[in-house]
Amino acid sequence: MIKTISDDLVIVLAGEAGQGIQSIESILAQLLKNSGYNYFSASEFMSRVRGGANSTEIRVSAGRAAGFLERIDILVPLHKEAIAHLKKRITAHTIVIGEKEKIGHQGMIDIPFTGMAKEIGGAVYANTIAAGCICGLLKVDEQECADFILDYFAGKSEEIRSKNLAAIRKGYAAGKGLAGITIAIEKDAAVKKELLLSGSEAIAMGALAGGCDYVCAYPMSPATGVLVEMASYAKKFPIIVEQVEDEIGVVNMALGAWYAGARALVTTSGGGFALMSEGISLGGMIESPLVLHLAQRPGPATGLPTRTEQGDLELVLHAGHGDFPRIILAPGTLAEGFALTQKAFNLSARYQVPVFILTDQFFVDSRYNTPAFAVTDLKVEKHIVKTRKDYKRFALTQNGISPRGIPGYGSGNVCVDSDEHDEGGRITEDPDLRVKMVDKRLEKSAAIRTDIIPPRLVGSGNFKTLVVCWGSTFHTVCEAVAALGNKELAVLHFSWLFPLPEKAGEYLRKAANLIVVENNASAQFARLLKLATGVAIEQAILKYNGLPFSVEEVKKEIQRLLQAGGRHGKNF
Amino acid sequence: MEKIFDFADKIDIAWCPGCGNYSIRQALLAALEELDLAKENVVLVSGIGQAAKMPQYINTSFFNGLHGRGLPAATAIKACNPELTVIAVGGDGDMYGEGGNHLLHSSRRNPDITLFVHDNMVYGLTKGQAAPTSRMGMETPVQVFGVFEKPLNPMALAISLDVTFVARIFCGDVERTREIMKKAILHKGFALVDIFQPCLSFNKVNTFSWFKDNTNYLPDDYDPSDQSGAFKKSLEEEPFPLGILYQSDQRATFEENLEVYKKDKSPLYKREVDMKKVVSEIMAKR
Repeated sequence: MIKTISDDLVIVLAGEAGQGIQSIESILAQLLKNSGYNYFSASEFMSRVRGGANSTEIRVSAGRAAGFLERIDILVPLHKEAIAHLKKRITAHTIVIGEKEKIGHQGMIDIPFTGMAKEIGGAVYANTIAAGCICGLLKVDEQECADFILDYFAGKSEEIRSKNLAAIRKGYAAGKGLAGITIAIEKDAAVKKELLLSGSEAIAMGALAGGCDYVCAYPMSPATGVLVEMASYAKKFPIIVEQVEDEIGVVNMALGAWYAGARALVTTSGGGFALMSEGISLGGMIESPLVLHLAQRPGPATGLPTRTEQGDLELVLHAGHGDFPRIILAPGTLAEGFALTQKAFNLSARYQVPVFILTDQFFVDSRYNTPAFAVTDLKVEKHIVKTRKDYKRFALTQNGISPRGIPGYGSGNVCVDSDEHDEGGRITEDPDLRVKMVDKRLEKSAAIRTDIIPPRLVGSGNFKTLVVCWGSTFHTVCEAVAALGNKELAVLHFSWLFPLPEKAGEYLRKAANLIVVENNASAQFARLLKLATGVAIEQAILKYNGLPFSVEEVKKEIQRLLQAGGRHGKNF
Repeated sequence: MEKIFDFADKIDIAWCPGCGNYSIRQALLAALEELDLAKENVVLVSGIGQAAKMPQYINTSFFNGLHGRGLPAATAIKACNPELTVIAVGGDGDMYGEGGNHLLHSSRRNPDITLFVHDNMVYGLTKGQAAPTSRMGMETPVQVFGVFEKPLNPMALAISLDVTFVARIFCGDVERTREIMKKAILHKGFALVDIFQPCLSFNKVNTFSWFKDNTNYLPDDYDPSDQSGAFKKSLEEEPFPLGILYQSDQRATFEENLEVYKKDKSPLYKREVDMKKVVSEIMAKR
């Protein structure tokens, strides 16, 4: 029987760490997208450098699709353990392609990657053969594959290049000639002109466009990708990138950098962020701008270091002792990842408050094609004034925002103090002044509210049931809801989490039924919504096993909750 | 001489009467005036503690941050604007206790900043507990059986890490303190000056006369460029050697190593983002 896949294909590459599934994926990403396929990939991996069982999902579709699917159409296992690792996702429908001798899966299509590689000159070429095989199957232009592979290995010796060329051709021929599967997904020439990038890249690019010129961090999964991206930009742009001894040093360095007039970015994950709490509070007290990217992973403590979760919202919401305003953003798409990070620098400079960008492992490690970002209005707003002799860093003003001077620019003293201080920045214990200073800092919230980005409603305005989500789950939830085809259903997605948009209450009160979808164990965002709007969401779809939501499971759970009606699902 | 770093009006200072901090302040003010620095380019950075209040009492810009965290802030300030003269000030608890890790790694970076540590061998602001430099046997309300941890030797530590300017001074000698401070500020690279200081309120052992009796100036023919000789010297205790123990011009500073200043010396705040280049970087992701 010939199986035909005509609109949406899920390929999963599975292997142990170090076997090269990442490099196969990076070859395929560019080739498939450049040939006009909509491309999406997401990776899950264990916290180890070698061995274990990891997998990468590649989704190729006729229409734009960036939700994570449970289904596997084609599985390419590079080791035997892949079958057990993915057993819940392998069905009768799944076609397994690979080395039968090594994998031993019943009914699989045998393509002896290693044997073929040895004919070329070594087992090391097996990955290129596997990539070529998928390209052949998907009818990517053969010459494009050849050109790409030569380019991909441009820095290598002539021998390595020519053997990889032979390998991609050999794999291509094997894939093209595969009996039993026909791929008939329509290509779209417009896709070729789109961007193809990961969440980490989108955040780093946003920082670059935001005028970031100082990056400090301590390496920590899954936030390191942004650090690495920024370090690569440091070769082309005037950016200082410093790996600091610990996260306490990181946040204090970032504050020092902003004080001296730079625009600093911090990138970290939950555990590292926890160490920064006191520094966050210092930022609040000295009214320093600070842009901090937090890529979430499951906690508590070390938790699941390489996995995904949305479990740090309340940490970020409450980090730092004392009362001071803050802004929390959580991009749902790559375009938002770029735009919000860019905006974060201007917001932080304008309001002199910390701005947090919450992503997670799923977001930073996913990659897909997206229309070119809006770049016409990019502006770096410095919000720095030249000081005069009588300059007062914390001058009391109508809206609480004091013009920000920096040392060395003008003749005034720029004094900032972690103690409560007077307008000039020097220590005070005057109770009346203390109240004025607290009020001044909090007063900035009102101004911040004018910049709030309201939540995005996807679906009909005449909804009865509203599915509420935030951050990285956007594509998956939207796709699940769309698949239900229910006109009384809509998605409300938040990428601006705090201060909570006032629009939120309006939407929530309008719905007869509310469901929240969160990649954590206790529906942290629903708690924030209740606190801010008084509306309790009684139905929740929660996931906290370290993996991202799949379209199928969100769809199934929504359906189940709709049928059950009333107070069902997981209450909190 | 016109005083630019002192205040015209009398200021309220929170230190105890007779505190060594007054003479350190006097020496620092004199050093700053004599170096003829442009006031707007001087930044004092401190953490928390009695010593860390110093910036409050000097007429300059300052960043008075968190306990132990002065050095990372100071390093970044200097890195983002190398035109500034950055001086970090703190006590033994601030810099050697809470901030110990930053001291180690600042030593590795060698930023062109100066660090003055007021070393009175006791905690003042928290009222009399042991410091990392407290001598063994000292009894306090917390160390009720006497301190049994070996005191930190900041001089030996700094020399072993090749900190490029390592000196110790006793604040009772304001003249020499001022001279060493000036040399430390002028030194290109990370300079650590440990300043012995009595604490009248909480340290009844290491008093003014104890410091006088237990310190000796380095001889005139001492060679501060010899690292191993300096290390050996730094291990001497009671009497402790005073003066510049070690100085080296062999290491590039943190700022000199930063790529951003290789072609353009201007501080970061003066630069504009090349947005065209940014956009082409974005479009390269096609």
